[in-house]
Amino acid sequence: MFGKCVIGLAIAALAVAMLSTSAQAERGSDGHLKILYWQAVSTVNPYLSGGTKDIEAASLVLEPLARYDDSGTMVPALAADIPTVENGGVAADLMSITWPLRQDIVWSDGTPFTAADVVFSAEYCLNEEMGCNPLSSFTDVTGVEAVDDHTVRIHFGVAKPFPYGPFVGSNAPILQKAQFENCAGARAQTCTAQNFGPIGTGPFKVDEFRANDVVIFSANENYREPGKPAFATVTFKGGGDATSAARAVLSTGEFDYAWNLQIEPEVLEQMVANGQGTLVAGFGTMVERLVVNQTDNDPDLGKDKRSLYLGGTNPHRFLSDPAVRHALSLAIDRQILVDFGYGAAGQVTCNVLPAPPVYASAANDACMTQNIEEANRILDEAGWLPGDDGVREKDGVRLSILYQTSTNSVRQGTQALIKQMWGQIGVETELRNIDAAVFFGGDPASSDTYMKFYADIQMYTNNFDGVDPEAYMANWMCSEIPGPENQWLGGNIARACNAEYDALAAEIAVTASLEERAAIARRMNDIIVQNQYIIPLIWRAKISAHANTLKGVRMNPWDSELWNIADWHR
Amino acid sequence: MTHYIVRRLLFAVPTLIAISFILFALLDLAPNDPTGQLPLTIPAEAREQIRESLGLGQPFHIRYARWMEQFFVNEPLNLIEQAFGIEIGDSESRLRVRSWATRSPVVDLIIERLPQTLWVVGLSYLIGILIAVPIGIVSAYRQYSWFDQLGTFVSMIGFSVPTFFTGLLAIIVFSVALQWLPSIYDTTHRVTDLASFWLQIKQMAMPVMVLALFNAAQISRFMRAAVLDNLTQDYVRTARAKGLRERVVLFIHVLRNSLIPVVTLIALGIPTVFGGAIITEKIFRVNGIGELLITAIQGADIPLVQTLSFLFAVLIVLFNLIADVLYGVLDPRIRYG
Repeated sequence: MFGKCVIGLAIAALAVAMLSTSAQAERGSDGHLKILYWQAVSTVNPYLSGGTKDIEAASLVLEPLARYDDSGTMVPALAADIPTVENGGVAADLMSITWPLRQDIVWSDGTPFTAADVVFSAEYCLNEEMGCNPLSSFTDVTGVEAVDDHTVRIHFGVAKPFPYGPFVGSNAPILQKAQFENCAGARAQTCTAQNFGPIGTGPFKVDEFRANDVVIFSANENYREPGKPAFATVTFKGGGDATSAARAVLSTGEFDYAWNLQIEPEVLEQMVANGQGTLVAGFGTMVERLVVNQTDNDPDLGKDKRSLYLGGTNPHRFLSDPAVRHALSLAIDRQILVDFGYGAAGQVTCNVLPAPPVYASAANDACMTQNIEEANRILDEAGWLPGDDGVREKDGVRLSILYQTSTNSVRQGTQALIKQMWGQIGVETELRNIDAAVFFGGDPASSDTYMKFYADIQMYTNNFDGVDPEAYMANWMCSEIPGPENQWLGGNIARACNAEYDALAAEIAVTASLEERAAIARRMNDIIVQNQYIIPLIWRAKISAHANTLKGVRMNPWDSELWNIADWHR
Repeated sequence: MTHYIVRRLLFAVPTLIAISFILFALLDLAPNDPTGQLPLTIPAEAREQIRESLGLGQPFHIRYARWMEQFFVNEPLNLIEQAFGIEIGDSESRLRVRSWATRSPVVDLIIERLPQTLWVVGLSYLIGILIAVPIGIVSAYRQYSWFDQLGTFVSMIGFSVPTFFTGLLAIIVFSVALQWLPSIYDTTHRVTDLASFWLQIKQMAMPVMVLALFNAAQISRFMRAAVLDNLTQDYVRTARAKGLRERVVLFIHVLRNSLIPVVTLIALGIPTVFGGAIITEKIFRVNGIGELLITAIQGADIPLVQTLSFLFAVLIVLFNLIADVLYGVLDPRIRYG
């Protein structure tokens, strides 16, 4: 009896021991991981590139103080804790934030990580000569000081109700001071060795880098979590196109993970049917939208008048009529657009601010269903009556729309569908597409940029980094209307000026409570979409695919989608 | 002959300077912006700083002069330094032509990618020639035979079906359906033993065959026409009348004379080998020069596009000269004064 008991205990102990070893597998025991991004990595220094591919490749190596998990919650990375007003980390006057750093972190070269590295990284980005891409993360920062070796305080020039801009999220991680010391300012451009192989604290380190082609990583033996990462090496291949990237994971099984598979849903479905891999989608803040020009864009107007906001004196010939804008929105069957071009990677939305959930307004859901009759009724009532050719007109103004977007097969398909839908309410549409590099390029001399907006309606996607919408919503203030005085560098592309909106934008900038901020942001969203300055169409997801043999992938729309690669395993 | 070559080389200098100016000006005037590909979440002020840091704030003529200096003086000096392990002057602070996307020297990127292009595109060119020449000869000698008809059919396919179609077709057949060959070229693969050499052959097979079909189609048509031209010449009748065997007539007399235009054609095609094959490299993800060029164009990486296209111009001018000289060597009737 006693013996049996001992044996039983021994077996139990053995089982526990085996369990704990399997839970704590050896570092690098799962071999090789192959990741495919169809845009190749150009540099591993995210301060020199805003490209997602570069930021996400760097996120294997470089880490921020805190990152967002897949639910959008902030979790500490190099910080010991998230500072808040409650725990005293954020000053009561909201003018500074104090980050406690973890004391057990070493860089992959074995040297300790200290506050000096954080201070250096801030100075590196704030140097005007370097052309820092994530500069907006450092908005209003006036100084960063090392309180002691493991405490950093960031000072702001204004009260910051949401002080988590600098060093939160993968676009602004911490660089090692010792490595980048001689790369400040204009010299940032010439530090090729550093930019191609930054020393980091993350689960991997760069072994080899071939610009615009491939990065080879191996496990960082100094990584803080024992037993992680499970993979010994990572090949991060780039180039090609999205369809063949999907094929490499879902059909031929050559790769384990493929990024950003924005392709025709039916093609994707066929590939998934092979049973080799799985799609993962994460809905963040990306919204494909129509932006409706509120200023007169008549081609006969000169450069100093066309599509310029002149204090409300030159409204658009017909898009300034709320009835027309409302009818245009009502006439669109958004579900068809999703089914045609997006599949699992899109959802119908009526909000320009669809997430995080607390910010999503429920007041606009009526637009989710198409209503041609209602749209026709509204136009009839407003006096826009069909002419001889079926196109509505009023006082000699025809409802004839020039609708532009960037060159992209899904966008051109969407354009064609919407043109057809608008045809049903007597609106004539002319389509135009412009190469993305020109359309989104900021050349002030070009008349084809989305900022110049010489068309009546244009379509593109926008979103914001992180989870706080304050800066994003501030884009649609009157002061942000693009024009020659700001080199067309404003975010209010629709050129809509609304006093109530500006008041709310000023209010959110001084409100600290999350609930009140959310209420204000929802109200701001409602003003934009209920006035149809912007007509939201599709809430877009990040969509990627991974092989069925790869476990632990948690798609993250709020941060690098490789944020938890340390936990990935076979 | 030497006199002729020297004169041609001297003529090439103003040509190349004119080309460099046109290239620089064209790309500079193009409505393109290096920050255009960045996500919209990057605000305007940050974009402006990025443009400034890339040197876009300076006027056109200064940027052109700088690029000329970097391309004609600094980069060759750097190459000499690397080749001989010596240091000339202040090499640390010497300005180099830098790519905007990677911020690394353009020449380093090109050197890194040249081997892949030479292997894949060069091999396909060689295989194309090896296939094309015999096909051309037999097709011409047995004109309108079933072999000629088949050859014509195959080369018409090679001519008219674009590589982005044959490439995809090959991937679907050999990678997706049969799973014999990898669809993605592993650029980090190193040949160390027989097994890895076999893998290298497997991964090169599809891009090389797709390109070889295309090259062979062109050259075989040319070869056929040249042989047909010569077969009706008087000297062929004379050779036959002398009682020479048909093999000698065809392979000694006709072939040598027919090769004259074909060799020139092949020499003129060599710059395209260096230029890579944009579409094929993109489809199979071979990190060659063509892939580099298209990525640079899409990303508005102007310094890289300028340097690459200028290098192509240099190669084209150079191989035009080589083709002319070869022509004189092969055909003694032609002499340059």
